[in-house]
Amino acid sequence: MPDKLITEEKRVFMTGNEVVAWAAMAAGAEIMYGYPITPQNEIMHYWTRLAPKYNRRFLQTEDELSAGFTTLGGVMAGRKAFTATAGPGNTLMQEPLSMAEAMRLPTVTIIQQRGGPSTATVIYSQQEVTMTTFGGNGEGLRIVYSTANHQELFDYTIKAFNVAWKYRFPTFILGDGYQAKMRESLTIYDPEQRGIEFVPAEPFVGKPGTPGVDREPGHYRNTYNVEEELYDVLQEFFADYEKMVPEVVEYHSFDTEDADVVVLSHGVVSRGAKEAVEILRKEGKKVGYFRPITLRPLPEKELKELATKAKKLLVVESAQGQFGKLIKNAIYGGTAEFLTLYKPGVGITTEEIISRVEEIL
Amino acid sequence: MSIQPPMPKCWRVETKPHKFCPGCGHGLVLKALGEAIDELGIQDRVVFGCDIGCSLLAWDFFNVDSIQTHHGRTTPVMTGVKRANPDLICVAYMGDGGGYAIGSQHLVNAAARNEKITVLLALNTVYAMTGGQMAPTTMPGQKAETSPYGRDPELTGYPTQGPEMVAAICREGAYVARGTTANLKQLKNYIKKALQNQMDGNGFSFVEALAACPTNWRTNAEKTWNFVEKEMPKYFKVGEKKVPGAEQREGQ
Ligand SMILES: Cc1ncc(C[n+]2csc(CCOP(=O)(O)OP(=O)(O)O)c2C)c(N)n1
Ligand code: SF4
Repeated sequence: MPDKLITEEKRVFMTGNEVVAWAAMAAGAEIMYGYPITPQNEIMHYWTRLAPKYNRRFLQTEDELSAGFTTLGGVMAGRKAFTATAGPGNTLMQEPLSMAEAMRLPTVTIIQQRGGPSTATVIYSQQEVTMTTFGGNGEGLRIVYSTANHQELFDYTIKAFNVAWKYRFPTFILGDGYQAKMRESLTIYDPEQRGIEFVPAEPFVGKPGTPGVDREPGHYRNTYNVEEELYDVLQEFFADYEKMVPEVVEYHSFDTEDADVVVLSHGVVSRGAKEAVEILRKEGKKVGYFRPITLRPLPEKELKELATKAKKLLVVESAQGQFGKLIKNAIYGGTAEFLTLYKPGVGITTEEIISRVEEIL
Repeated sequence: MSIQPPMPKCWRVETKPHKFCPGCGHGLVLKALGEAIDELGIQDRVVFGCDIGCSLLAWDFFNVDSIQTHHGRTTPVMTGVKRANPDLICVAYMGDGGGYAIGSQHLVNAAARNEKITVLLALNTVYAMTGGQMAPTTMPGQKAETSPYGRDPELTGYPTQGPEMVAAICREGAYVARGTTANLKQLKNYIKKALQNQMDGNGFSFVEALAACPTNWRTNAEKTWNFVEKEMPKYFKVGEKKVPGAEQREGQ
């Protein structure tokens, strides 16, 4: 049985869901637990076609609660396990994923956002930002990458497995219906050939030896008897999280130094934003571009800096201010005027962004 | 000097005495499970999963790897572990609320898929940890916090018959039984068979155990025992409901 799907670097033309399945294979993911929901279905379709040929496994569960909890079980058994969902499935998945936060389990979850609230549309939105970054009861101790194109879907899916197992916080790829369904060209590669080292998976349960005889038993819980006990555990988690932040935070920005207006966006919308800023710059307008790649943790230091240097910030997103809320929180105390272009559940074009910038310049 | 009753070898001495109320059925079910693990010699391979509900008090009960999870989700967590590492022997331990209400879809589907795990369920006819509300298994006429005048089956239905339901769903290879803490030897035997069934790779195994909750029933020792021994089996018939190989034998 071959152990590698990708043996050499190649240009390919694929849908985003196919990219995710291939990237998970390349990252050494061993088992996927999943439940169908549009627009992420084809991740499972491709995975189930490839898995038996490469000694990987799959289970279709009865719902997303189960897909999430079986993923936790797979991780605890020491496998690189993952799952994928969207919309109302994401809602259900918050219960297992808050347990992943509580137990510091390195789960990887792909979210291909669709419209909301509730079932809404099966197509596209950026409305799962709040839920993916801070969903579930708890404090949002997670890592969330918001990808903008298929190359990033590939790169960051691979990265997600490594980051999850290194820092032991649940890790998410936040894509969307456009990224899931459209075809685009990208370069696929064997991560090892590029010098990417894999962080090995380790079992939480079922280690060698007899518990209580040769080793301590692993006793994992997410319930505490007293408030202080929980408080102490959380302090450790917060400290670990803060320590990790500078190592995982990622963003992309240009032309912000002298900008009067900085356009802020994330995910697929930043493609239009990038083009808009480039066009406006060519026309000699002082416009800059900033895009957090990690929505959780956010590049807060850089955002704060922007908000004191630029005159205006324009937040553009396909939601009614979910990303905007994250930004506002991060820039509190900054002097820049906060402006928005919100279009919940629909795509945003370069032209729309250009005209909005011209309006406020 | 008091003489301590013998503990199963796989019990964790450091966490004893355990935290269940005096007279609680959970301790007895876990004793039967502990002895079964000892006798099968599988302490090094068992992963014990417990639910929310009083069963969560067992999170550090054994010298075996243990995972305490959310209300009703122990079955999928153990399914996930087993699918990822089939060498482990996975035991999902829960109450009747966890198994038959909030987590029933997981029980039904794990049984239908013939997951090679063992589900052990303590039936005490109430939601105990949250203070004695009505459970799917509360008996007709039985008073609970949310059925203060006694359960009326016209309004709330009849008690869930767990093993009967699971046996109806399961296919060849499954083992299903109902035991009682009033007959620990038999209960241990059922649990052993359920574990052996998983070890043999046959399929799903499920044991329900009738268990007392004197705290929420507000019963003294005598009344508690009377309820477990006499009242509960009126609705919940003790015995094996499905045994691998038995189907063929019946057809002969
Ligand atoms: C999602 C969720 N809903 C509700 C609860 C509250 N809750 C905790 S224990 C419990 C009842 C447990 O009853 P059962 O499963 O029968 O176990 P027992 O306590 O009787 O052993 C409930 C409803 C919870 N923890 N999680
Ligand atoms: S409340 Fe009932 S089930 Fe819970 S520990 Fe006490 S006796 Fe046992």
